[in-house]
Amino acid sequence: MTPLFELREVEKTFEIRRKGKKLGLRALDGVRLTITQGASIALVGESGSGKSTLLRVLLGLTPPTEGVALYQGRPIAQVRAENREFARNVAMVYQDARGSLNPRMTVEALITEPLRHFGICTAAQAPARVRALLARVGLAPEVAGRFPSEMSGGQVRRVAIARALASEPTVLVADEAVSGLDVSSQAQLLNLLRRLQAEMGLTLIFITHDLGVASYLCAEIAIMYLGRIVETGPTRAVLDAPAHPYARALRKAAPEFFAPLAEPLTGEIPSPIDLPPGCRFSGRCAYAQADCRLTDPALLRLNDHRAAACLHPLTQSFANV
Amino acid sequence: MNDILLDVRDLTLDRGEKRILDRVSLTLAKGETLALVGESGAGKSTIAIALMGLLGRSATTSGTARFDDQPDLLSLSERGWAALRGRKLAMVFQDAGAALNPSFTVGRQLASVLRRQLGLSKFEARSRAVALMESVGINDAEGRMTAYPHQLSGGMQQRVMVAIALACNPDLLFADEPTSALDVTIQAQIIRLILEQTRARGASCIFVLHDLALASQSCDRIVVLYAGQVMEAGPTEVVLRDPRHPYTRLLQSCVIEIGTEDLTPPEGSVPPYDQMPAGCRFSTRCPRADARCAAERPPLQPVAGRDLACWHPEDAA
Amino acid sequence: MAVIDVPRKRGTSHGIFRRRPFFTLACLVVLFFIACAAFASWIAPYDPLAQSIDAMMQPPGGDHLLGTDSYGQDILSRIIHGARYALLIGLGSVLLGATGGLILGVAAGLSKGWVEWVLVRIIDAILALPSLILAVAFIALLGQGVDKVTLAVGLSMIGPFSRTVRSDVLQVKSQLFVEAAGLMAIPRLHIIRRHILPNIIFPLCVQVTVRVSEAVLVSASLSFLGIGVTPPTPDWGLMISEGRGFVSFAPWMSGMPGLALAALLIALAIMGDGIREEYDPKLRQGR
Repeated sequence: MTPLFELREVEKTFEIRRKGKKLGLRALDGVRLTITQGASIALVGESGSGKSTLLRVLLGLTPPTEGVALYQGRPIAQVRAENREFARNVAMVYQDARGSLNPRMTVEALITEPLRHFGICTAAQAPARVRALLARVGLAPEVAGRFPSEMSGGQVRRVAIARALASEPTVLVADEAVSGLDVSSQAQLLNLLRRLQAEMGLTLIFITHDLGVASYLCAEIAIMYLGRIVETGPTRAVLDAPAHPYARALRKAAPEFFAPLAEPLTGEIPSPIDLPPGCRFSGRCAYAQADCRLTDPALLRLNDHRAAACLHPLTQSFANV
Repeated sequence: MNDILLDVRDLTLDRGEKRILDRVSLTLAKGETLALVGESGAGKSTIAIALMGLLGRSATTSGTARFDDQPDLLSLSERGWAALRGRKLAMVFQDAGAALNPSFTVGRQLASVLRRQLGLSKFEARSRAVALMESVGINDAEGRMTAYPHQLSGGMQQRVMVAIALACNPDLLFADEPTSALDVTIQAQIIRLILEQTRARGASCIFVLHDLALASQSCDRIVVLYAGQVMEAGPTEVVLRDPRHPYTRLLQSCVIEIGTEDLTPPEGSVPPYDQMPAGCRFSTRCPRADARCAAERPPLQPVAGRDLACWHPEDAA
Repeated sequence: MAVIDVPRKRGTSHGIFRRRPFFTLACLVVLFFIACAAFASWIAPYDPLAQSIDAMMQPPGGDHLLGTDSYGQDILSRIIHGARYALLIGLGSVLLGATGGLILGVAAGLSKGWVEWVLVRIIDAILALPSLILAVAFIALLGQGVDKVTLAVGLSMIGPFSRTVRSDVLQVKSQLFVEAAGLMAIPRLHIIRRHILPNIIFPLCVQVTVRVSEAVLVSASLSFLGIGVTPPTPDWGLMISEGRGFVSFAPWMSGMPGLALAALLIALAIMGDGIREEYDPKLRQGR
């Protein structure tokens, strides 16, 4: 079966000028990723890890400089340009939900737009459809007449999700869809997303910095560091026994009730303009050996499910689990 | 720990018709760390701002706040505040990038605080600033003195903020969500730094946090706020291991940790200020609430090792 | 799962008159002038063009409340009728300028490459000259008269309008909801019509109210310079100019229309500022 998305050695370099010199900023570097139909995958990384660029590549908004990015076996940019099918099947929920909704349109108009655009229903059916979608995300029908500025952050995110679902997509891409919210609204939204995924069989691509959110929502995880996926695999397996030292550090840094405060990582994140030779994490890695500073490890399989970009993975024996 | 540094009694704050804080009481001993937790609109940042004397004119307050040898912070004149702020009381803000002045080097900003507050000479201030930057873990402090804030990473900016806040060895440091704008791997570094530095100076610290797990890792005591009312307060271990207030329980049930299987968030959201019940403000969402809760405010009373404001507390876990 | 209803936030626009006393006063003054303009023929005690040798340069008071001018024309009646010209020319030219500015600004904001370069140069060239000088140049091309003045002032305002429209377009274009619409493969023209234009029109309307006073001033200045409206039209600028020679012994001839002009300009400016502060989202965030 052809995977839904397949990225092979994707590289994205932005040209920037600094002090008159042209420099290449490598936002993505040798990214390998396969996403199958119906999967739920979390892309986790800190700022500067390239997860936003990866997202834009997946959506066909940014063409990769090198490598191939495929949707159902065909280049994403090509699929996107051909017709509306891709736009209809792959829906997006932005981190800044409020900014992604036109402030001069009511909730009704906002949700009607994709309904009519993709020809999901007739103009006469639209109001009922809008209310059904609002109910699906847990909002009262009266909300239809409101403007986004009249609603709270959690409610606006629900509207953004309802709007994304309007085109009846098969893939939902969400960029930090629950961050910056209060814990109770965050928990309400996570439960909503979980329910939607189960009910509608959505493929979920979820960008987050929160490992707890990732483990709650996604069966698979891909951890990024400085433009490369450093570890992928089933979320629970990866978080229980991380193979990559960075994944381990990230795991340790997550706040945990009554545990002592995490030992911080030493050193600073290198600049993506001037990557060190060898492994990009070697400068901060507690387990780095001499060869780490010479050889840049690619993302390699550890077993059938897991892969890590490390010369000396932390867990040595990887029998097929 | 009988040395009370800060004693706030019945702090009430109104902005126009809105009652932002409703009879908030809390105490803090010397050398203690306290976490103010709650969701947005709980008033946790407002407490810090009120106790720093940074409220605008649109707010009216009542109640008292005894601090060290000051009988009442809330009735201080602007001149009285000027003598305290920066010297005895200091603050670290959430967004260090916005709190630092973008047009001066960090070294100059740090040195100017030292010269103004401690009356040091230019030369003394400079060497002291370098020492401070080193103490907050900035490598190559000498070189970084001439850096502008935008040339530093978020974590480094927050370190500079901590150095500025601690420059005059304050007795009390407010840290308003000091790490929520930072990456997780940096978060622990900054919290550690603030704890180490305040401890070394024997200072107390009030953290404003939204992350209960982080509060449990970093603070001696915790105050749980909801819509400007104190719900539960006490030693962090006691309150978070066995919460007795329905709100604390619900808040805790929303926290996602790695491996969390189910979340049971409370329904609904905080009511607008003009629809707040006269009694316990959480009563509109509380599963245990009855008519009395909405009408009559439960007093903050000692229950099982903590202070609790609830007519129908939960049983021991 | 519970269904969430969202309580509607209370409207704030009703309180605007109570919160801004100066704004309210300014609105009343503007309304007064509009009433004068609309009902000039009924309100004015005399025919504004009726000359009388018997009643030349009479001081205010008596039969002529605000006095008469060197032709014996009643100044009060001329001011009341003059409000009509001031407002007509002011509003007409601003609407003209706004329409032209909208077209040019949207075109410049949405175009790319050399088209954008050419349009931006055109806007810059218009902006390089103050609107009064530009209006004088247009008058020189078009000739005099009420319609010509409106056209000239309107054309001279296209520059400032197109600049603000262009910057608004650039700002809206970069917003997330425009990207989101593109992501849904919504056609470009549709995005412009449904997502960009509605977000441009509103700030433009605010700009219109702010710039009416400028247009009134420029048109009065043209008449004062003797190149705008032709005598004996009761135009304020013209009246001020006519009274100039008699200032030492008949100051009311220039003073009365001058006061009327000043009152209208200040009122319009306060009103425009009030509307902008109240409704401009850029200024609103701080509240």
